[in-house]
Amino acid sequence: MDLRWSESEEAFRAEAREWLTAHVPDGLPSGDTRDGFAAHLEWERALFAARWAVVSWPERYGGRDASLWEWLIFEEEYYRAGAPQRVTQNGIFLLAPTLFEFGTPEQQERYLPRMAAAQDLWCQGWSEPGAGSDLAAVRSSAVRTEGGWLLSGQKTWTTRGAFCTHLFGLFRTDTTAPRHHGLTYFLVPLDAPGVTVRGFPRLDGDEGFAEVFLDGAFVPDADVLGGVNEGWRVAMATTGSERGLTLRSPGRFLASVDRLIGLYRERPDESMRNRVAQSWIEAQAYQMFTLQQVTSILDGEPPGAASSLNKLFWSELDVRLNESAHELLGTDAEFDGEWARAFLFSLAGPIYAGTNEVQRNVVAERLLGLPRK
Amino acid sequence: MRFALDETTQTLRAAVADVLRSEVTPAVIRAGWPGGDWAIVSGVWDKLADVGVIGTLLPEADGGLGLDENALVPVLEEIGYSGLPVPAVETIAVAGPYLTGRLMVAVETAPGEPVPFLGRAQRVVLISDGGLHVYETDTLEIEPGDSVDGSRWVGRVARQPEGGVLLSGDAAAAWQRGVLGTAAVLCGLARRMLDMTIGYVQRREQYGVPVGSFQAIKHTLADALVAVEFARPMVLAAGWAQSVGAADAALQTSAAKVLASDAARQVARTALQCHGAMGYTTEYDLHLFAKRAWALAPSWGSSAWHRARIGEIIA
Repeated sequence: MDLRWSESEEAFRAEAREWLTAHVPDGLPSGDTRDGFAAHLEWERALFAARWAVVSWPERYGGRDASLWEWLIFEEEYYRAGAPQRVTQNGIFLLAPTLFEFGTPEQQERYLPRMAAAQDLWCQGWSEPGAGSDLAAVRSSAVRTEGGWLLSGQKTWTTRGAFCTHLFGLFRTDTTAPRHHGLTYFLVPLDAPGVTVRGFPRLDGDEGFAEVFLDGAFVPDADVLGGVNEGWRVAMATTGSERGLTLRSPGRFLASVDRLIGLYRERPDESMRNRVAQSWIEAQAYQMFTLQQVTSILDGEPPGAASSLNKLFWSELDVRLNESAHELLGTDAEFDGEWARAFLFSLAGPIYAGTNEVQRNVVAERLLGLPRK
Repeated sequence: MRFALDETTQTLRAAVADVLRSEVTPAVIRAGWPGGDWAIVSGVWDKLADVGVIGTLLPEADGGLGLDENALVPVLEEIGYSGLPVPAVETIAVAGPYLTGRLMVAVETAPGEPVPFLGRAQRVVLISDGGLHVYETDTLEIEPGDSVDGSRWVGRVARQPEGGVLLSGDAAAAWQRGVLGTAAVLCGLARRMLDMTIGYVQRREQYGVPVGSFQAIKHTLADALVAVEFARPMVLAAGWAQSVGAADAALQTSAAKVLASDAARQVARTALQCHGAMGYTTEYDLHLFAKRAWALAPSWGSSAWHRARIGEIIA
């Protein structure tokens, strides 16, 4: 056990902190509106120009070859500085790990630099009206045509889909195969003929969701990621990253709980102090769990189904933390604002990236070994 | 940065686990209850002493292993898992750095507090503002009591005695080690009850299927695992903080105790519920572990006490 950062890691932290302190913009409008998204893109491009957009990526794609430890440090500093939400996250954190693992060199060269620079903006096309938690139920299909595929069907709850340029998603390419085996992972430009995108409001009223309708949209063979009918296996690699570390690092909650403590000091309420303390404890626990998990990953043991433990813990922690803020605000909680937004968003945590009910099934069946049926 | 046990600690942990897995059957735990044959329990204690565990924190020059809190945590977690009814926290974590030999030590954390194992330990350490004083149990006037966990032999020291040998003036550090050790034991107990329950719900059939196939059971057990798996690293982190004398060691230790106490309570409740009426009897073994957890959760500061303490510091 040695829970100290090395000198070079501390230097990395200092450099990140200095840059963020000087550059983090004040109060951007919500990234889930058209204008706010544009403002966030400027921020993303500033991050990229200073090589902070994708710190863990290789230098040739605009990263810093940062270690997993340095990535955690960067996240801590990012949220500590109160920096904006990452509107590029579905690309850089969800698609990119899959591209690095399954993409051809040609695909990597074509997509990764533009993704890092926030030129291509990616949204996730998995959920469908009839396929939420039960992802393998997707019905959108791809039919062979000369040089590629014709995609048809409907995706929905696509985060920031109305503002993005590309979609990565699962489409059924073999209707006769068992349902997990007939899927293919496609990279789809949203300006292709036959694609229609309609934004719709999330719980906070912003246009953060979209429905994507595909009506025979052409995608060339070069934009199949990881092989025809291999989509389920390829996609599962991304869910691992999404549930666990890369989507929600501990730095985010350490910063949130600091803000909660700040709110408590502004509006002291003895009866709430233990709940504030509990959120601090839980954020610490998530930090320690993560340090242990990253050590295992670096020792060559990927977390696998254990990433469901992360997802259950951070999502429930986030809801409790924001409920405490809501209580501390008292009747002022009625006014729309940063805390109100955070509260509503925290309630999405137990739903997206696989509902917590599905995660509990995964934990019970794959970690505890309980029978599936 | 490296969050993992080093090789020495892993070896020690494995050695301790080996002894405990082969020696501590439920019958051994029951031998620790009134009417049982205590010699069976003290026999296992001797085997642990042979491995050197009792002197985990004792300097090598005094015949100990010369290790620190990083080793203490996994050792006590294993002892907790086994259910062996011995004053491990008191002897190894609290008095361990100062006492040679293999005598069992009971600890009174503050004047008038109940003292577990008072009816079994050969030595008693009294903690006061003045530090830690050790007494031969025979020289104290004691009021025995009946413990809910019958293997704990709880009692009270009737009045504060004169004399005793000063072991250390640092009552605060001893208290912190006691809290840490108790948190580790609670994690072990929680793991044990969870393991028992996972086994049970796979065997027990109702409506023609194992009850573990029902989502209601799966979800409550998944939540129990989350509680345990997020408490354990916090306890290890608190151990590391104590080992290096980190400025926030007390804060980390309190966080560890909150999570471990709450996890053990949650798992005890879940385990009992998932066993149905089968577990609601002293003939079944679950109570041996659950009653230990219920005794330790409020000991060395309850989770409410530690949470409030954290609140005072941070908010």
